Amino acid sequence: MKNYWKRGEPMVLTAGATLAVILFMTLTLIAVILGNSLGYFWVKGLVRFKLHDGSYVMGQLTAAESHALTKARRLQLKVGNRDLYSQDFRWVDESEISSKDIPKDAYLLERFEHGNFFGFLKELKKADGSTVAADAAALQQAHSEIMKKQKGLKQIKGQMSDLNQSSETLRLKIQKLEYRGAEANSAAISTLNEERAKLTATFDGLNEKLNQQQAELAKVTAVFTDAAGTEKELPLLEIVRFYQPNSMSIVAKAGAYLVKINELLFDDPRESNTEGGLFPAIFGTVMMVLLMSVFSLPFGVIAAIYLREYAKEGKLVQLVRIAVNNLAGVPSIVYGVFGLGFFVYGIGGALDKLFFPERLPTPVFGTGGILWSSLTLALLTVPVVIVATEESLASIPKGIREGSLALGATKFQTLTKVLLPMATPGIMTGLVLSMARAVGEVAPLMMVGVVKLAPTLPFDTQFPFFHMDRKFMHLGFHIFDVGFQSPNVEAAKPMVYVTTLLLLLIVIAASSLAIRFRNQMRRRYTTSHF
Amino acid sequence: MSPEPVDLSKHPPLIEVEKLHLYYGVSHALKDISLTMRKNQVTAFIGPSGCGKSTLLRCLNRMNDLIDSVRIEGSIRLDKDEITARSTDVISLRRRVGMVFQQSNPFPKSIYENIVYGLRIAGINDKATLDETVERSLKGAAIWNEVKDRLHDSALGLSGGQAQRICIARAIATNPEVILMDEPCSALDPLSTLKIEELIDELKEQYTIVIVTHNMQQAARVSDATAFFYLGELIEMGDTKKIFTNPEKQQTEDYITGRFG
Repeated sequence: MKNYWKRGEPMVLTAGATLAVILFMTLTLIAVILGNSLGYFWVKGLVRFKLHDGSYVMGQLTAAESHALTKARRLQLKVGNRDLYSQDFRWVDESEISSKDIPKDAYLLERFEHGNFFGFLKELKKADGSTVAADAAALQQAHSEIMKKQKGLKQIKGQMSDLNQSSETLRLKIQKLEYRGAEANSAAISTLNEERAKLTATFDGLNEKLNQQQAELAKVTAVFTDAAGTEKELPLLEIVRFYQPNSMSIVAKAGAYLVKINELLFDDPRESNTEGGLFPAIFGTVMMVLLMSVFSLPFGVIAAIYLREYAKEGKLVQLVRIAVNNLAGVPSIVYGVFGLGFFVYGIGGALDKLFFPERLPTPVFGTGGILWSSLTLALLTVPVVIVATEESLASIPKGIREGSLALGATKFQTLTKVLLPMATPGIMTGLVLSMARAVGEVAPLMMVGVVKLAPTLPFDTQFPFFHMDRKFMHLGFHIFDVGFQSPNVEAAKPMVYVTTLLLLLIVIAASSLAIRFRNQMRRRYTTSHF
Repeated sequence: MSPEPVDLSKHPPLIEVEKLHLYYGVSHALKDISLTMRKNQVTAFIGPSGCGKSTLLRCLNRMNDLIDSVRIEGSIRLDKDEITARSTDVISLRRRVGMVFQQSNPFPKSIYENIVYGLRIAGINDKATLDETVERSLKGAAIWNEVKDRLHDSALGLSGGQAQRICIARAIATNPEVILMDEPCSALDPLSTLKIEELIDELKEQYTIVIVTHNMQQAARVSDATAFFYLGELIEMGDTKKIFTNPEKQQTEDYITGRFG
């Protein structure tokens, strides 16, 4: 027995068990997220219940539970039709149900507003008001026609947005001139005002045209009835897409699944972020992290080089090193507060006073934006880069440095030609860690530039392309917002998991890219030992 | 204590160390060292561990500058130029005095880039010159035939002996006057050691070599002059044959016969 302890077997067992627990927890995490998110886009069938009081309920089964004492079961149905019932979900006691069926001709409509609609198609109305008895094929045809026409309106919308932008540019110019002296620049101001008036007139003309055409399109409607028989007339314009889930084949459902994934990745969100895509959030997250790396990588590497190679080892350097290590442990919200006070109000406010005095009190840089967010997170992650760089510089054998110096290289040449290339894999590791940390940070961002819904991306085709002052959307904040701030939390739940999955995927993608790069470097720069 | 008379016209003194003291902080590591190393000769430093022989070697190309706490008194002259002076240009000194280390330390670059490193940092990038230097240095280090077909492969894939010869080739690529070798064979197998020793014999035609070694037989085999150090002091220096057959000091005899050390 004594030997048993001496051999250290309990230690090995404990170590193995700990590893197993960690593995299990990681796998559980992944399984929960995958399970909750991947199923969300699968088109679920519709069930119709006839209740004892004679009424009908139709919807998708989402949950079931038993009462703790009476053991009575009740079912949760997503009944949709929020504009009719004012609630998306309904609990039905099993004892109330008299019969259940799965109607083949039930429709599931995804709408731009008010969530999904579940019901039966009654008739189609043309623009002139004439009704056509309808089937799925006719609806499909009419809908795709409307969508095509709707797409045609995009050109007008594009023109309008361009006009809007030019008009805004003019407005700012006028503002600037007025600030510099309305009297002295009165001639220029009035010319600009005329120009702007012209733009506004064109814009109004287009707007009217757009409204007219849209009203025309909205006249094409479909009349649906819900399970209870209530009629609802819906303009086809308001329908994103529709299915008859109970008569769909697996292949059709798989197709619909892919369409939804595509929407998720490349479309804008709707319904206060609980539906539609996540493109702006994905874009914002990636751009913010890349911007952060652009700031933190060079700063961290240079600081580490100074600390390790040039600064004289002593009390001060040790103190700095401790401070840097501690900096990595400061709660991230503290960085948020600092970013708000220093970057946003301090630097941003000063920039506004210097370059945009005419716009005050409306801030340009003196408010949260992607630049300040990236800088704040760069500050948060720079210690990770510093520590990683320092460590990889320290791990380079002394012989390599001496070899280079003995050949007449200066310290700087040794650094750039030998040490830094050798330290690159370690630096990359630091970058991966810092990116992973930055992607997951939400708290500081809420203070320095993240928003629930950004009207524009921080990068577009308008000069100067990168709009550092713009606010942006972020997947991490999206999770928080959809999960806790949305008006329809129950309906938003799956979206929380989907967003989490996407966030994870982005971290994994970024990490594996960096790790691949690191391994390539490592292969080139490993020192051989004989 | 002066070395046996040699042909002074063929082997004039090249490095002269005079009354050299070296301190690491408060510890007195080298005590009043005076000795002369002659041109185109191999001078060996022997002595037990910690006797200061490597420290002295590192004074000759100012590698001790890397250590903050080092203080040096006295003088070292390389061909009449003062080495220890503060004003000495360390970079050009190190070009004149090459060094090979105990652990072979090829850079994680190709064999070719390892050899031309000294030239590139001196600003020489002419392809013809570089090619010519690579061939000359690798031939000079007797490794040309082994690596000529894979000059652009990583130098990290070489065996220990090969890597050490690459380091020697790298050291002679910049055409130094002196090559310092700090126990160059202590990490090598006997066969590789033999090759390096043969190489040292060839190299002394062109270069002056100073070698630190723990291996008495090696000192006897390759060197022309030997200096024996003990506890930071130069005990005896002289013609290698004389040191190993008829040393003047009892301590030297004790050491080379293996009675201590």
